[in-house]
Amino acid sequence: MALEMTTDTESAMDTTMSAPPAVSAEGETLKMRGRDVKVFYGDKQALHGVDLDVRKNQVTALIGPSGCGKSTFLRCLNRMNDTIDICRVQGDILLDNDDVYDPRIDVVELRARVGMVFQKPNPFPKSIFENVAYGPRIHGLAQGKSDLEDIVASSLQRAGLFEEVKDRLDEPGTGLSGGQQQRLCIARAIAVSPEVILMDEPCSALDPIATAKVEELMDELRQNYTIVIVTHSMQQAARVSQRTAFFHLGNLVEEGLTNDIFTNPKDQRTQDYITGRFG
Amino acid sequence: MFWTYAALLLLVFVTANVYGRFRAMQVAGHQLSALHSRPSYHGGYLAILAALPAFVLLIAWAIVEPRLLDTMVISAKAESVAGLSKAELQAFLRDARAIAFGGIVAFSDAGKEQAAEVFSSLAQTSFILKTTLIIALVAGGLWYGNRTITPTMRARHFVERTVMALLILCSAVAIFTTIGIVLSLIFESLMFFRQIPILDFVFGTHWSPQSAFEGAGAEHGEANTEIFGAIPLLVGTMLITAIAIFVAAPVGLLSAIYLSDYASTPVRAIAKPVLEILAGIPTVVYGFFAALTVAPFIRGWGESIGLSVSSESALAAGLVMGIMIIPFVSSLSDDVINAVPQSLRDGSAGLGATKSETIRRVVLPAALPGIVSALILAISRAIGETMIVVMAAGLAANITANPLEAVTTVTVQIVTLLVGDQEFDSAKTLAAFALGLLLFCITLALNIFALRVVKKYREQYD
Amino acid sequence: MIDIAQDTAGTAIDGRVKGIPSGVHTTDEARKRLKKRYSMEARFKAYGMGAIALAATFLVLLLFTIVGSGLPAFTYNYVSVPLNLSAEKVDPANPAGASYNKIIRDGLKAELPFASDRKNRRVLYSLVSSGANVTLQKQAIADPSILGGTGPVAIPLSDFADLYVKGLITKKTEIATSSAATVSGTDGQVTISAQKPEFEQVLAALKTYYDREIELLTGKIEARGRSEISVKTKIAGLETRLANEKDPLVAQRLTSEVEGNKAALVKIMSALEKQKAELVTLQGRLANIGTGGTLNANMPSFFVEVNGGTIKAEKVTPTSVTGTAFIPLSTDAAVPAGQWGIEELETPESFRKFSDKEIAYTDYLVSKGTVANEWNSIFFKSGASREPEMAGIWGAAVGSFWTMLVTLSLSFPIGVSAAIYLEEFAPKNRWTHLIEVNINNLAAVPSIVFGLLGLAVFLNVFGLPRSAPVVGGMVLALMTLPTIIIASRAALQAVPPSIREAALGVGASRLQAVFHHVLPLAMPGILTGTIIGMAQALGETAPLLMIGMVAFIVDIPASPVDPSTVLPVQIFMWADFPEPAFQQKTSAAIMVLLGFLISMNAIAIVLRKRFERRW
Repeated sequence: MALEMTTDTESAMDTTMSAPPAVSAEGETLKMRGRDVKVFYGDKQALHGVDLDVRKNQVTALIGPSGCGKSTFLRCLNRMNDTIDICRVQGDILLDNDDVYDPRIDVVELRARVGMVFQKPNPFPKSIFENVAYGPRIHGLAQGKSDLEDIVASSLQRAGLFEEVKDRLDEPGTGLSGGQQQRLCIARAIAVSPEVILMDEPCSALDPIATAKVEELMDELRQNYTIVIVTHSMQQAARVSQRTAFFHLGNLVEEGLTNDIFTNPKDQRTQDYITGRFG
Repeated sequence: MFWTYAALLLLVFVTANVYGRFRAMQVAGHQLSALHSRPSYHGGYLAILAALPAFVLLIAWAIVEPRLLDTMVISAKAESVAGLSKAELQAFLRDARAIAFGGIVAFSDAGKEQAAEVFSSLAQTSFILKTTLIIALVAGGLWYGNRTITPTMRARHFVERTVMALLILCSAVAIFTTIGIVLSLIFESLMFFRQIPILDFVFGTHWSPQSAFEGAGAEHGEANTEIFGAIPLLVGTMLITAIAIFVAAPVGLLSAIYLSDYASTPVRAIAKPVLEILAGIPTVVYGFFAALTVAPFIRGWGESIGLSVSSESALAAGLVMGIMIIPFVSSLSDDVINAVPQSLRDGSAGLGATKSETIRRVVLPAALPGIVSALILAISRAIGETMIVVMAAGLAANITANPLEAVTTVTVQIVTLLVGDQEFDSAKTLAAFALGLLLFCITLALNIFALRVVKKYREQYD
Repeated sequence: MIDIAQDTAGTAIDGRVKGIPSGVHTTDEARKRLKKRYSMEARFKAYGMGAIALAATFLVLLLFTIVGSGLPAFTYNYVSVPLNLSAEKVDPANPAGASYNKIIRDGLKAELPFASDRKNRRVLYSLVSSGANVTLQKQAIADPSILGGTGPVAIPLSDFADLYVKGLITKKTEIATSSAATVSGTDGQVTISAQKPEFEQVLAALKTYYDREIELLTGKIEARGRSEISVKTKIAGLETRLANEKDPLVAQRLTSEVEGNKAALVKIMSALEKQKAELVTLQGRLANIGTGGTLNANMPSFFVEVNGGTIKAEKVTPTSVTGTAFIPLSTDAAVPAGQWGIEELETPESFRKFSDKEIAYTDYLVSKGTVANEWNSIFFKSGASREPEMAGIWGAAVGSFWTMLVTLSLSFPIGVSAAIYLEEFAPKNRWTHLIEVNINNLAAVPSIVFGLLGLAVFLNVFGLPRSAPVVGGMVLALMTLPTIIIASRAALQAVPPSIREAALGVGASRLQAVFHHVLPLAMPGILTGTIIGMAQALGETAPLLMIGMVAFIVDIPASPVDPSTVLPVQIFMWADFPEPAFQQKTSAAIMVLLGFLISMNAIAIVLRKRFERRW
């Protein structure tokens, strides 16, 4: 059984290696693709067949009123919905060419490849260093102690936090300010070296200055990572994202270049939403 | 007698209640709206005034009277009781009472007959006095209440204030209980430490109170101070507690983890009741199980591999006590593990950690203070546990760390010293209270410490 | 790690985190690591499952042990023998005055007429309970219709006879025979000779016995031999030291030591000789076992059942057995094949408290169909007794009832009042905080300390009676108070504030709002907590020992001030009694107690489920 599984995973990996990456009409690489994604919580349907592509090295923003299913869709991308017992997912979600809901795909590996930053900063009750080192430790990414220290320093650097905390890496992560905590969580996610980073309203608990820092960070990070962000703030979506998707009542209403969505929406509902008629 | 009066006062209460209502309607000219309070409150007002003072008097009388009578009889018959020891004096009074009020008389003599006469006459006086006072209180209450019932009278406020006073009194029972425990333990222990120096007790290494009046000083009736050393008992208690925690901590903790993070609904539906039943089994049943099944089994097993095992080994008692506190540990750990916020688990899972990695590296470290305090509470429970050790651990006060030998514990010795007939003020009996004080202090300290840790921990995630 | 150089940390390979290339999670090594991590996961999960399984095993083991040993005590064996209850023996006007002991003995004598000499008669009388006369007397008073007759009346067997009939004293196996046999007589010493070697199995048991004895003896001889050598070495050493010793005082001490050791050596040698001789005898007997041997009480017993009689095997050869006829044979005629049999009693006679003769008599009574297994009503109807067959749990159950009544009537009103005050009215100040801390700490005070409180305050200061349910109830009430207060507060807290506001809004006083609206809604929760607290109190033992409820009380308590005991204390006392029948009574009493506790908890669960309300 174990042997069989290995071969299967290997073959899955082979296809990843050999098959050419999917590309959009504009010739941009598609990192993740959702096809007819439906989600049910018990008897209630939360998503009604969503088709959405995530382009590599871009920031994709998911916007929409509360309860529209944008967070649900985001949590499907790395199967965080698995932790909810009554949740069922139908349809295909592809990471490169692997279906993430394929039983052969390992959820632990998937989440290492598709990292997540949550709405409320949730640093572990450990030191700053241990918070960042946690991911590399469990995945065995560091060869030794100095290697680990390098990874931690470089992750904090990338998250723009290193300068602020370099003298107190031993202090608990919970002692940082809200914005710092969120950047610590981003550093923690980066340290695992994911391919995609999912952010679920990462700034909703932060003050404007901290928000600005995180937004700046996102823009830098997209050079190396693919980012999907759920946000309540349309201004934020306009500022940080290249593409925007508008969700309403469990449907994807419209998706396109951020500029187009905000200046020239095709759908009346999008128009109403961004002009503040509901939401 | 007491119950007759109590029943009569209840009758007074009910009657006054009915009359109060009637009276209130009367003074209001049968116009409900004219009354400040509803008639039922007027009824309650009158009933309380009539019955409550008399009832308080009745209870006070019942507590004070026997003591007062004894003292008066003793002072009246000083010549008959001169030179009697305390125990003889008690027997004297018991017999005199029995002659006076009926009962089983051990043996009678002239002195007792006379004392009995004094008893009867005093009791008669007391009875007349009590009855007069009660009638006076009831009548006075009724008269005053009846006079003060007017339409504007705030009967509801009076009744509610009385009820509130009763509620406060009830919540103070907890305080009275604690004060009662502390005072009784300290009072008896002080009498004990007057005979046995406190340092000999706390640091002594020899415990054999059964030989209290042998050896040096026996002829003077003085206790031998060398034989009340509590160290062997503390060592025995610690040994058994350690074995119990060694069993209960891993099993309880792992069960809690499994139930909170892994178990499917059907497994939980079976496992939870199993733990609840384990928690609900009386300790005397565990004691029986330890003494009749586990101890012989361990002895047989030890002998089969060539070890000498005492038939009352610490291992048997500790093992069964461990089983007893498994549900205690698991339910407390379950609480603290569930108190770790889901966001931390999500954060860890979002980084690609497996469930066990999340539990071992995030949840358990975060819950550590709570788990520690759960274990401390479990230790305190094990230290105070009585029946299992009484039935399975024996009386041999050995200082040993060998779980196959017999040891004894603080609780076992308290039971041994107090079960059966004994003079109340002998060093042996008082020693039990000193041990009780020791036990109370240890468990109290552990509990306060554990509750503090839990509180801090709770605040962290609130 | 603090002094990581800025520039090294800053230079990230291809802009990603330093040292980790892209696609690191899909390499072979990553997958290998993952496999390891999953096996760790599986192991961890298995530990958790193991812990649950262990807890469940403990519970099953405990219940299995208790039920296994307690179940037989729910029935009892009665023997029905014709008893002469005619007017000449029992005066119908005064049935209490008759000598029922004699009537029962006469009845038994008539049933087993061959047990005629004093010794046999004593064995016979011991088969029925020593309290049988009392039972019969009660029966006669309660139901005078049995008087005047001479018909069979059921009387309880003794505890050991009852255990034997239930098969709890020894295992009994029948050994089939296949040839005809002759008997030498009907009474006294009887020899039964078979045509074939039918008694090989008896000899085999004897051989096993000899083998074991020889092994034990050999071991003993070896140990003695070792101590002989060590004593000899010691003597030699001492003698050498003595030879070199100059100091006369030391020399004198050494000499006496040598003397002492020599005396010990002599003792060892003689014991060794004796054991060796014994060994030789045993070995001789074992060698000659083919021709027969003598049985003893340290090995299984054998009965030969022939011609309606029972012979206990004493001497045995392969083809014959000689022994005492416990039950005389009806005839000394030869028996055809298949009409007689051998019975083996596995537990040796010296290891049990029920002799071979008692077994033979009991078997005789059973074979006559006079013994019947019936519901053990004595156990449920009577109070304490030193005789296991006369002891029952009714007294303790009634004591428990009175105690619980007192506990409930004190702890429920006080606990609920305290909860109402603390939850609804108490201002947040130091006093109420003190009360709250107090309640939490009281909940964790060892129960035995409450017993000490009861002893010091209720008995010695207030002078209340010892061993009385009223005092036990008060102590347990104080003990359960924290449980009830905590549960009641939780129940009150669960009632939403909107209910109170609604009541206050229509002009009710705060007290009215609480008593008319909040309390009724919180009642199911309060009752659940109370039942759980009462279940705890019902199972509590230790504090009651302190206030003397451990006394031996025969009478059923008629009020809460009568001396009495309670179920768990009864269990504690019985567990200490040496008779094996009491061990079963203990288990049975535990089953009754657990039955009460489980039904109380079940009621609490039903209550919670039934009235559970989500706001």
